[in-house]
Amino acid sequence: MNLRPDPTFHASPKLAMEAPVENYAFTVMLSPDGSQSDGIAVVDLKPGSDTYGQIVHQVIVPNKGDEFHHFGWNACSSSLSPLSGHAFLERRYLIVPGIRSSRIYVIDVKEPLKAKIHKTIEPEEVFAKTGYSRPHTIHCGPEGIYVSCLGGGGEDGTDGPPGIFIMDCETFDIIGQYEMDRGKQDKHYDFWWNLPQDYMVSSEWGLPPQFEGGVVPEDLLSNKYGHSIHFWDLRARKNIQTMDFGDNYQMALEIRPAHDPTKSYGFCGVVVDTTNLQGAIFTWWRDDDGKWQSKKTITIDPRPEKPENLPPLLQGFEAVPPLVTDIDLSLDDKYLYVACWGLGEMHQYDVSDPMNPVLAGKVELGGIARGTKHPNGKDFAYGPQMVEISRDGKRVYWTNSLYSTWDDQFYPDDEGGQMVMADVGENGGLTLNKDFYVEFPNGLRSHQIRLEGGDCSTDSFCYPSV
Amino acid sequence: MMGDMATVTALWWAVIFSGFYHGINPGMGWPLAVSAALMERRHMAMPKALAMLALGHFLAMIGILLPFSLMIFLVEWETQIRVGAGLLVIAMGIYLLINRRHPKILARVHPARLALWSFLAAMAHGAGLMLVPIFLGICAVGADETGHAAAQSLMGSNVTTAFIVAFVHTFSMTIAGGVVALIIYLWLGLKFLSKTWFNLDLVWALSLILVGGFGVASAYLGH
Repeated sequence: MNLRPDPTFHASPKLAMEAPVENYAFTVMLSPDGSQSDGIAVVDLKPGSDTYGQIVHQVIVPNKGDEFHHFGWNACSSSLSPLSGHAFLERRYLIVPGIRSSRIYVIDVKEPLKAKIHKTIEPEEVFAKTGYSRPHTIHCGPEGIYVSCLGGGGEDGTDGPPGIFIMDCETFDIIGQYEMDRGKQDKHYDFWWNLPQDYMVSSEWGLPPQFEGGVVPEDLLSNKYGHSIHFWDLRARKNIQTMDFGDNYQMALEIRPAHDPTKSYGFCGVVVDTTNLQGAIFTWWRDDDGKWQSKKTITIDPRPEKPENLPPLLQGFEAVPPLVTDIDLSLDDKYLYVACWGLGEMHQYDVSDPMNPVLAGKVELGGIARGTKHPNGKDFAYGPQMVEISRDGKRVYWTNSLYSTWDDQFYPDDEGGQMVMADVGENGGLTLNKDFYVEFPNGLRSHQIRLEGGDCSTDSFCYPSV
Repeated sequence: MMGDMATVTALWWAVIFSGFYHGINPGMGWPLAVSAALMERRHMAMPKALAMLALGHFLAMIGILLPFSLMIFLVEWETQIRVGAGLLVIAMGIYLLINRRHPKILARVHPARLALWSFLAAMAHGAGLMLVPIFLGICAVGADETGHAAAQSLMGSNVTTAFIVAFVHTFSMTIAGGVVALIIYLWLGLKFLSKTWFNLDLVWALSLILVGGFGVASAYLGH
């Protein structure tokens, strides 16, 4: 407990943008076959530092086979509402779940260069207290730490629906299931919210048998992955509306609400439209009657390709699907970054008018049957994937691995973990930074990035930007 | 008589100061008034939010003070009641000293239901209890002055006192919180919201113990 609010808590998105810039990134390192332990890499981001762009510390966990994926903070700017009563928490711990093992590590990063494991929650405890498995997205909010899980109970995670559970934000004890009325929700992926407006939005990937061994082509072509998002009364813990984008919009993944809490809209990325292999972004908003609406506002076309250049999975289609696997919104709600993991492109859309996004910048890197090299001449395995934006919106970082078994299906010949950065132009535009290229240790891949002091997909704000 | 007058004056100042003390503490809600005005983009949302917070706080005060005002007509038990009340306040202080956790139920309240939140927050933190020894002190002086009046009228006047104490306290709290909220909203900006926020948990718990101790001591010493 601090005597003053943590200096990295900001009342509004605007104040967060004006705060000092990030010094370190924390990036997931995962062993795709479980032959090594997973870990968190601490990357030096201070320009001018002798170790700029290098991994300066690693927290390697004692177990193997956890498969790290997403992670988040124990506390963020959401603590600055008197309603939460958490004003004096420290932003100090990273909550890092293993989606394959269901084990959760709490890592103390108060001193980034001496980051260490603070607590480990064993899978049995997660199963027993929540009935869920395969913990994934982390957000800190009114009732503590919220953890979305991709699996329900049982060996293969299909015994009961997956959902969210709540952890105590001080002791890290698991409290129990979040949902009181889940309505039609039977799959899970991401979730986020607007705290003053008291709504939450959650999304769907698929059940564990649909992703753990790789994408199941029959399930995808028969539209059996998730294609709905759910709107919740956050504090009443009730599903108030389920919105189906349509069967063909397979895998509605990342939920990115506008950061400014006066706004009642946001975005959701859809990996693939099975009718035409397009990637899609939907804008969702609340209308004047309080009903949630959505509209497809961005489509990204597949690229035709000769079958011999494609992995077996895609040869029948003779095309490279964009595969929109991650999106991220800058703190001023101006630019939406869209990772096209299949094409090997990072798109930047100006979403000042959320109903009419305009492509403002684009970077090509990696990609199926293209493999665009980094400006420093090195290879970039797979394609642009987990993307994170600096608080001031001037730097965009990303890594390359989607998920161990899926990497191997879409990029059977690639291997390796990389993290790169692109600079954002004064009036938009995106340019890869030649000097920033992090190569991960041999045999380890990389996934989500968290920036010291918070970033564009962690903090929720309780006061508008004025 | 002069001594009594001074005591009563001091006790009323204590009511007012405790109001200021509660009011400037962001944990009691003034940031929510700033947030309301900014969220609704209307200046008028701020006084409305402050009024809701005040209503909740007032109800929490009166909810605690009324039972004590009804009890005190047992004049012969006056000392015991005042000692018991003092010990209760000390116990609450010790509890908050040991258990520094925020009650989870508060996080379930809808952000627009400010009166309910304010009521629950005041109850959970023993804000009403902090007033009890002061209130009982005022009542005791009043009882002396009216001599051994009928229990009925004594009780009546105590109930009136309870309402006045709760009102004065809540009023000063709202003024204090309102002034801070207004300064932040109009001039300083949100940046100062976190700068003016101090962790008063320890001070708060110690205040309860102090006020409770005062209650016990004054019961023995006459006032």
